[in-house]
Amino acid sequence: MDNNLISVNNVSVNFDYQENFISKKQKIHAVNNINIKIQKGSFFGLVGESGSGKTTLGRAILGANKISSGNVIFHDNERDYDLTNMNKQDLKEYRKKAQLIFQDPYAALSPRMTVRDIIAEPLEVMKITNSRQETDERVRDIAAKCRLNIEHLRRFPHAFSGGQRQRISIARALVSNPKFIVADESVAALDVSIQADILNLLKQLQTELNLTYLFISHDLSVVAHVCDVVAVMYLGHIVEMGPSRQLFKNPKHSYTKALLSSIPSIDPEKRSQAIELKGEIPSALNPPPGCVFRTRCPNPGIDCKGGEIKMGLTEVEPGHWVDQCCAL
Amino acid sequence: MSHLLEVKNLDVKFDTDEGRITAVENISLSVDQGEVLGIVGESGSGKSVTAKSIMKLNPGNTSYNEDAEIILDNENVLQFTSKQDLKKIRGGKVSMIFQEPMASFAPAIKIGAQMVEQLLIHKNINKDEAKSISINMLKRVGIADAEKRFNQYAFELSGGMRQRAMIAMALSTMPKLLLADEPTTALDVTIQAQVINLIKDIIKEYQMGVIFITHDLGVIAQVADHVAVMYLGSVVEKGPVNEILKNPKHPYTKGLLQALPDINNLDAPLSPIPGNIPSPLDRPTGCVFRTRCPHHNPEGKDGKIEMKLIEVEPGHWVDQCGIKCGQNG
Repeated sequence: MDNNLISVNNVSVNFDYQENFISKKQKIHAVNNINIKIQKGSFFGLVGESGSGKTTLGRAILGANKISSGNVIFHDNERDYDLTNMNKQDLKEYRKKAQLIFQDPYAALSPRMTVRDIIAEPLEVMKITNSRQETDERVRDIAAKCRLNIEHLRRFPHAFSGGQRQRISIARALVSNPKFIVADESVAALDVSIQADILNLLKQLQTELNLTYLFISHDLSVVAHVCDVVAVMYLGHIVEMGPSRQLFKNPKHSYTKALLSSIPSIDPEKRSQAIELKGEIPSALNPPPGCVFRTRCPNPGIDCKGGEIKMGLTEVEPGHWVDQCCAL
Repeated sequence: MSHLLEVKNLDVKFDTDEGRITAVENISLSVDQGEVLGIVGESGSGKSVTAKSIMKLNPGNTSYNEDAEIILDNENVLQFTSKQDLKKIRGGKVSMIFQEPMASFAPAIKIGAQMVEQLLIHKNINKDEAKSISINMLKRVGIADAEKRFNQYAFELSGGMRQRAMIAMALSTMPKLLLADEPTTALDVTIQAQVINLIKDIIKEYQMGVIFITHDLGVIAQVADHVAVMYLGSVVEKGPVNEILKNPKHPYTKGLLQALPDINNLDAPLSPIPGNIPSPLDRPTGCVFRTRCPHHNPEGKDGKIEMKLIEVEPGHWVDQCGIKCGQNG
């Protein structure tokens, strides 16, 4: 038996879109036919530009977005939950086990609640604890793990800096003792010196509490540092996926290559080696047929130019999958 | 040779309900024609306040110190009070591009109309000329269908396109100095690379001076000639970009570089700078970085060493407390 916590099988998410009330209804293909397996205890990274569907996929895995086709299975010890076919009771159970950390720690915390109440709220809403004393104990326990001072619990969020607020958000997500965490751009709003601190904290909590992360980010250097496995998304498709070191050392897809070369190098002598991508990500309302990247691809082959090659991953090295258009 | 812009001993303070806040203290900078000065620092370090002082755009509760000078083209901007004088700098000699282009364009006015309006204020030309200048500028920054975009609203453009339009608008009056405040922060990396290349081309072409504000050291390495590293309202280190990034002396600069995840060196641990940035309301006395400094310099610890930049190598200036701490670590 493999050691997966989450299996995402052929998942697509579409949104209905109508420009105005007389125009035709259209479909936005936000996420297309995604297959991923997230192993227990892994730090799974999802990278891509804005509009690539990474947040939608993350939310779909949490059951916060409706899945249009395919299914997501959450493998708990005793049983498997199928997200697309779940009753209310199961969904409540699942919510305790899968949690989300948001991007903006300034928007995520209610300014009218004390830090203690913010962290305790999930326990109360999900009826996990039975007495106030028990709640307090768990709040204090998780706050200490997230390196928050006990005195901080009586204060309101406005008294805290970005890094401290993000630690409060993390404590709130972890208080229900989840197994799976989706961290959606959780360090993007932080300063570099603080960002490193939060990343180290996430890593440390992972070993301490046996967590599995889906880490969504647009920042490749961050993903390369913390993640074990990385999937690169473009326009609703995964174009490349593999163990992060292998993928970043030896990228195969032209999009991954372009992304990597676009990271501004810290070395002033290495200026502008970026493979410049022309234009911008096309609209998900009518994605180009065939390989979705071919409209911006710096070296499109003759075949993919016509859009005749369908999207689909092939394994080029063990565990390293690349979209077949670029693998050919 | 005199500089295009010279800022001398600038303090900026804000009067608020909670007391007087020192946002910027004793800053001296200079920019030459055709040169890019990068200002790096974390949020709250006073980068934007410094840039806004150059256009006197800070809000009404701002006070500047009396011996400060901001000399632009041989005139002291800080002494400008009349609307007429301020108009000459705001959008005339100095233009600014902001982080969030959506927030900088008026949402209900067409982009073209906004570009024409500012040209009519600053240049002695008629509407048709202004329109053709604007369209040419839009083309220059790489916007396809410039005529069509000219008649569109900001919300109809994508993020990268909006940032290009913003750059076109800022450049159309041919400013001598461009203030770029985090112009690529809201963009995706592939678009960021496009915009950085565009800004570099344009600087070369028009030979203006640029102040490029960012928190991203990688972006600084790509665009800047000189860098000033700011922390809590003070410049702690400044010098040529190569020198600062390859041979940093101040513990804060070193800390920033170590905290940065480097994709070429995945085995290096991420080392955060301990602690949090203090509130500007209780700004430490003496060395502003001492509350977070990993290498306690015994003399700097209790705030007895004043902030003062010292030239350690030609053109490379470091805060005096930082030099000592830097030697320890």
